Amino acid sequence: MPLLELNDIHFSYPGLDPVLAGASMTLEPGERLSLIGPNGAGKSTLLKIIMGLLAPSRGTVTAFGKTCTEEADFHEVRCRVGLVFQDADDQLFCPTVAEDVAFGPLNLGKSKQEALAIVDSVLTRLGLMHLRDRVTHKLSGGEKRLVTLASVLAMEPEVLILDEPTNALDPDNYTRLTEILKDLDQAILLVSHDADFRAEIAPGGYRLQDRILARVPAFENS
Amino acid sequence: MTYVLTGSNQTASAGRLRGAVSALDPRMRIVMTVTYAVVVVALSNLWVLAGALSLSMWLLAISGLPFRKTVKRMAMMDSFIIFTLVLLPFTMPGTPIFTLWGFEASWEGLWRATGIALTANAVILAVMTLVGSMEPVTMGHALFALTTPERLVHLMMFTIRYIEVLREEYLRLRTSMKLRGFRPRSNWHTYRSYGYLVGMMLVRAIERSERILAAMKCRGFSGRILLLEDFRLSRADILFALALAAALAALIGAEVFYAAA
Repeated sequence: MPLLELNDIHFSYPGLDPVLAGASMTLEPGERLSLIGPNGAGKSTLLKIIMGLLAPSRGTVTAFGKTCTEEADFHEVRCRVGLVFQDADDQLFCPTVAEDVAFGPLNLGKSKQEALAIVDSVLTRLGLMHLRDRVTHKLSGGEKRLVTLASVLAMEPEVLILDEPTNALDPDNYTRLTEILKDLDQAILLVSHDADFRAEIAPGGYRLQDRILARVPAFENS
Repeated sequence: MTYVLTGSNQTASAGRLRGAVSALDPRMRIVMTVTYAVVVVALSNLWVLAGALSLSMWLLAISGLPFRKTVKRMAMMDSFIIFTLVLLPFTMPGTPIFTLWGFEASWEGLWRATGIALTANAVILAVMTLVGSMEPVTMGHALFALTTPERLVHLMMFTIRYIEVLREEYLRLRTSMKLRGFRPRSNWHTYRSYGYLVGMMLVRAIERSERILAAMKCRGFSGRILLLEDFRLSRADILFALALAAALAALIGAEVFYAAA
């Protein structure tokens, strides 16, 4: 059973040309896929459709073997699929790092003690314990990025979706991010313009261009 | 509170504060500040009000806040009421002190103005030392623990979190304007450009709020934010509250005594 399955997705923003016309894709357990395409091709839109933040005009989203149509279906999807946003400031809304990482687990119904234990274990695993009580908006760009990853991993998602994770990372943080991602066992859907990074994490995947989503075995030059 | 909203260099100093007051339970501090304000506003005898102001000064002394800076802030508040205070002697009828341009100043008005000044300063100083020395986040949590409506607390927390992001966005836009040779003058081009700047900030703020909500939903948000912090009332808190309550009782006693005499 595939973890995620999109079937013939059509989508357009109100009053604009269609962004997607008949997009289909599947993500199997443990699989790592990249999603590439020019700026404005609709990659972020596609991710929002997967998460149920936008509703397609046609087509179905199936997650974990269940067709999702309503907000309630997607609530479950969001608890099992972790999306790391492009802009870390959008994601880190709690005042301190610990609270932000605990936000997801608390939403999953964990108690405060359990949530705090998860916070400590995730931060230790990613080597971010020194940031635990820092104020989120005073972190550096690289630290913010790693903390957003921690806050998503704290929910132990079965699928990890990353939207341009290497944006504005210095070489040190870049290396750390690569190592962390390589050690994970989740299925990954990666959106990235960075060919080296894709080659490390997810060499094959889909290309989205001119409203069409096409499977590409391995990207050679792009 | 004032610390975080006025600049980043001061936030750091607020974090370093280790006064006797900042170790106390924030909930108790908020409740005691409200009690304090209500009691002081109800007082009217000038000697008793002077006593209240010295009590506030004592709170400032033990709070570990920088003395001069805090008093300066207090004086800033005074500038809001200075006109009321200056005009009051001239508008209240009573025994004349002197005449200025045909207007009579009265003793009654002068005493009333003094009373208002003492009350206002005593209360604002207590608020600054007891509540103002709190990290804003802690204050949000304490208000939540005191069963303040959740929405208001969240509104405050989001403000704390994003005010700096919005300010940076504003500064980036301003810089980019400056880099393209913009200099504010009194002309339509300037007004229009400022209009665009404000409009652009609003649009970006709305879009950001939508992205934040999306990010929250993606982590299973369903309408409630759970807060992590637990507060405990310690012996020191109870002792402090009792001491302050005793001082307030003494002030009330003095007021009653003077009123009877």
